[in-house]
Amino acid sequence: MSKTLHLTIDDRPVRVSPGTTIWQAARDHGIDIPVLCHDPKMTPVGVCRMCVVDIGTRVLAAACVRECEDGMVVRTRSPRVEQQRRVLLEWLLADHPVPCEREKTTGDCELEFLARQFGIVKSSCDAVASRQNGAARIDSSSRVIAVDHQACILCDRCIRACDEIQCNEVIGRMGRGTFTRIAFDLNDPMGKSTCVSCGECAAACPTGALTHKPITLPLVPESQTQAIDSVCPYCGVGCALTYHVFNNTIIRAEGRDNPGSEGRLCVKGRYGWDYALHHQRLTKPLIRRPEFYPKGPLSRAVKETGPSKPGGIVDYDEVLPAFREASWDEALDLVAANLLRIKKEHGPGALAGFGSAKCSNEEAYLFQKLIRAALGTNNVDHCTRLCHASSVAALLECIGSGAVTDVFGHIRHAEVALITGSNTTANHPVAATFFKQAAKRGTKLIVVDPRRPAIADFATWYCRIKPGSDVAFYNAIMHVLIYEGLIDEEYIQNHTENFTELRAVVEKYAPEYVSPLCGIEAPTIREIARTIGRSKSMMIFWGMGISQHTHGTDNARCLIALCLLTGNIGRLGTGLHPLRGQNNVQGASDAGLIPMVYPDYQPVGSEAVRQKFEAAWKAPLDPKPGLTVVEIMAAALRGDIRGMLMMGENPFLSDPNVNKVRQALARLDFLAVQDIFLTETAEFADVILPASSFLEKTGTYTNTDRRVQIGRKVLDPPGDARLDWQILCDLSHRLGYPMHYDSPEEIFAEFADLTTNYRGLNYDNLGATGKVWPCPKPMTSDGTLVLFGEGFPTPTGKGKFVPCEVAPADELPDDDFPFILNTGRILEHWHTGTMTRRASILNDLKPGPFAEAHPDDLARLGIRSGEPVTVRSRRGSIRLPVLASDSVTRGSIFIPFHFREAAANVLTNDALDPFGKIPEFKFCAVKMER
Amino acid sequence: MSVLSEDMKQRILSYLPRYPSKQAVTLPALHIVQDELRYVPLEAIREIADLLDLSPAEVHDTLTFYRFFRTDEKNKLGRTRLWVCQGLACQLRGCDATLARLCNTLKIKPGQTTADGKITVEAAECIGVCEGAPAVLINDEARPNVAEEKVEQLIAELTQ
Repeated sequence: MSKTLHLTIDDRPVRVSPGTTIWQAARDHGIDIPVLCHDPKMTPVGVCRMCVVDIGTRVLAAACVRECEDGMVVRTRSPRVEQQRRVLLEWLLADHPVPCEREKTTGDCELEFLARQFGIVKSSCDAVASRQNGAARIDSSSRVIAVDHQACILCDRCIRACDEIQCNEVIGRMGRGTFTRIAFDLNDPMGKSTCVSCGECAAACPTGALTHKPITLPLVPESQTQAIDSVCPYCGVGCALTYHVFNNTIIRAEGRDNPGSEGRLCVKGRYGWDYALHHQRLTKPLIRRPEFYPKGPLSRAVKETGPSKPGGIVDYDEVLPAFREASWDEALDLVAANLLRIKKEHGPGALAGFGSAKCSNEEAYLFQKLIRAALGTNNVDHCTRLCHASSVAALLECIGSGAVTDVFGHIRHAEVALITGSNTTANHPVAATFFKQAAKRGTKLIVVDPRRPAIADFATWYCRIKPGSDVAFYNAIMHVLIYEGLIDEEYIQNHTENFTELRAVVEKYAPEYVSPLCGIEAPTIREIARTIGRSKSMMIFWGMGISQHTHGTDNARCLIALCLLTGNIGRLGTGLHPLRGQNNVQGASDAGLIPMVYPDYQPVGSEAVRQKFEAAWKAPLDPKPGLTVVEIMAAALRGDIRGMLMMGENPFLSDPNVNKVRQALARLDFLAVQDIFLTETAEFADVILPASSFLEKTGTYTNTDRRVQIGRKVLDPPGDARLDWQILCDLSHRLGYPMHYDSPEEIFAEFADLTTNYRGLNYDNLGATGKVWPCPKPMTSDGTLVLFGEGFPTPTGKGKFVPCEVAPADELPDDDFPFILNTGRILEHWHTGTMTRRASILNDLKPGPFAEAHPDDLARLGIRSGEPVTVRSRRGSIRLPVLASDSVTRGSIFIPFHFREAAANVLTNDALDPFGKIPEFKFCAVKMER
Repeated sequence: MSVLSEDMKQRILSYLPRYPSKQAVTLPALHIVQDELRYVPLEAIREIADLLDLSPAEVHDTLTFYRFFRTDEKNKLGRTRLWVCQGLACQLRGCDATLARLCNTLKIKPGQTTADGKITVEAAECIGVCEGAPAVLINDEARPNVAEEKVEQLIAELTQ
């Protein structure tokens, strides 16, 4: 037990534990000591000396770094202290432009605030004696951050924000003495440096040295804005943030503390929200004009005839003439009449719905309820099918639950972390900051990926395995673990089954056998296996690189087996964490937007479950599991699916083999699209319903950690656009299945009641920071962060080893198509770009498509980096510039799939994993030509 | 193409066992590079950072703290870096005249390098050779008693 220290601060008795700084002790007791360089989230450095206090010694002590001692007598406001602070402020202010950029805009320059508090008056003067030694004072090269070196007080906060919090390590100091200043990389202009525009430095800066540039309206002080607590609409990390709204316009976003994201944001969250204000927002229901039948694509990019106009978004001039505005009544009547007609003529099985993981839990729940209860089919799915369907299939099979077993932040408790098939810094940027931080503090990262991700810079081992060789590699690791006795036999005995079968299969996967298959030297495989086997705790994180294969389920089974084999599950800093992609892919799946399960993964095929939902929804339900995303498209092409409802999905760009999707969408008898923009998919629609964006509605979203958080309405929907849940209720009413709710809260209550995992949660107890499900005691607990300490929700209560053999990819490279195509995402863009390409900052940062190929391959083909090439597969071709990149392995090409003008999914293979029904986005054969 | 030769990399890495952290090798690494290339190209900073598991900004931070290092190829050091001490003892014994004669003869200003790339003349703070004032440093080696009249002889020696 540690001793308690007794001291007095400003004559008040104070008790603290050893190691507490004077600043922290004072703050905990309501005594405010002014600081400039200190931020409790960062390592204290004590460079500004503003926080000096009198502890009776010859010199004053810096409270932010000086630790409390027993019997210490601290004075925080003696005349001596005040005098020193005043002199410091006068000196700092001497060459500080007053008012600085921060003071002029958000009005919160901490230096000028303190100066005012100390009664130091300095008349406005922008022109101060330069201390820039001839270097430029202003750097406006960054798209998002303005730099004024003259306003910098060298407090080091930006450097620590960049190094310690985001771990990007872009900012340093340069020079010395008067001429010291901050520098980006090698004193590059900020916009040309390796800065990833996360904005953490500008958020940390106390003065006008680093400030956010305005995105919509000019920035104004917080006192003039309305601050609305919400969450980020982009990825599954679900960062908490606050939007500052002025005149019904967001002017900036700020990270907000919560146990998951700890106030951090990435470029998308901090700067990518103005898509909602884009002039292309749909504001009226649209009905296709009769002369535009038979249906087909409208824009040149979607038709694939000739080049589209520059810029990556749908050209409304090309598509809008095909539609006329209509009233909501007319549009909804038309949708209902057509869906009912198709149901009557061809049965409910001829209908299908795609919901979206971008919509809230409430909307996902209502959507699947409408499809199931009002239309009578289980043909309802969403983009989870395209991301982690195989992971979820494997998890359900092996451990009885598809969700993560521990939260990403707990990597800090893990001795080893395996990160595989995940370009974390681009796709889960804020989760990546925790990974990098953990690595710096001693967690050994093992990064396994054919394409070298940036997180590999922090790895103890980076293994560039051959594409598609995951099963071989992990079987070899398990082989070593088993044959060197590095497995947790007690855990295997008590908590698992099928071990003998696993041992039999991995027996032949000795590292020497596997090495040529996966491209990793046998000693390295052994060394990694030993590190895993000897560690006390290991977490496994994975992304689409594991799941998006025809053997994606096998890949995930191997990872699960690896955790079970070493007993790395159910404890702090252990476990399985498939990093979920969309902000609500966990929640949309939880809410039942899946063809084979009702909410909370209750199987459609179970008689008892069906009866439960028939009673709850007061409607007969189809006992047959429905079709999945890619199966629905195939059925549409065959003419088996004739009518579809699409809420917020854009399969035209997100599904594999776009040319097939194009034919399928054109073939549909009736398509209604509910979205915020006229997407590529909507070009094939009969009716388009203008919906509300994330920023215009309130609802709950469940992040990758299973944290259920409330996203709150920030803006009013534009024009006649309506809230999605209200659209669904009105449509359902017209379909003869009335649904009535007064609020999203009421929908959430109905949904939560039908589940085990959400039961007990409501908007009140979710509060500002949300809860991690399951949360049996929501009044007192943050929820269950670590799952399965006491067995698994499987019939036997045990985890199951499912051994896997190596299987080849569906389409291997050959003489005609010699390259392997890998698709993925980049930091600045989101999925089909519907939002991010209309977010001004993100679009400016990464305006167009590109491919990456190894410099040696380009040299061999005589292609220069930056030159346009045609990339062709058996299914189609696209033209785009190719960039030389060492991160891609020889013989492969990487293309991000965000860009409609060069849609990567024109090339991809729609072959499916037999269990997860996920397409093989990560592997197909292509060729590259000038 | 790497700016650091294999030999330079090996010499840098050979310092690692001497110190508790890789970061401590920053200055030796910068010296190795400048000794060899007569300046530290920006690309070398990146490569040093890579070798020492640091960010380029950290190495740049250290480098710019010292005036000793040069980063501009146009301003790179000559074969000999000749420092003329400006300490008190040297001042009293005529170092100004030594420096002026050097510069006049070589037709350069302090800090500059002769067109043939053989000599860079610099003014130094006290080099601690007061007993031999006025003194100069020839690269790392101190040479005492370089009065004005010995300048031509010194130049002849250094331009051989």
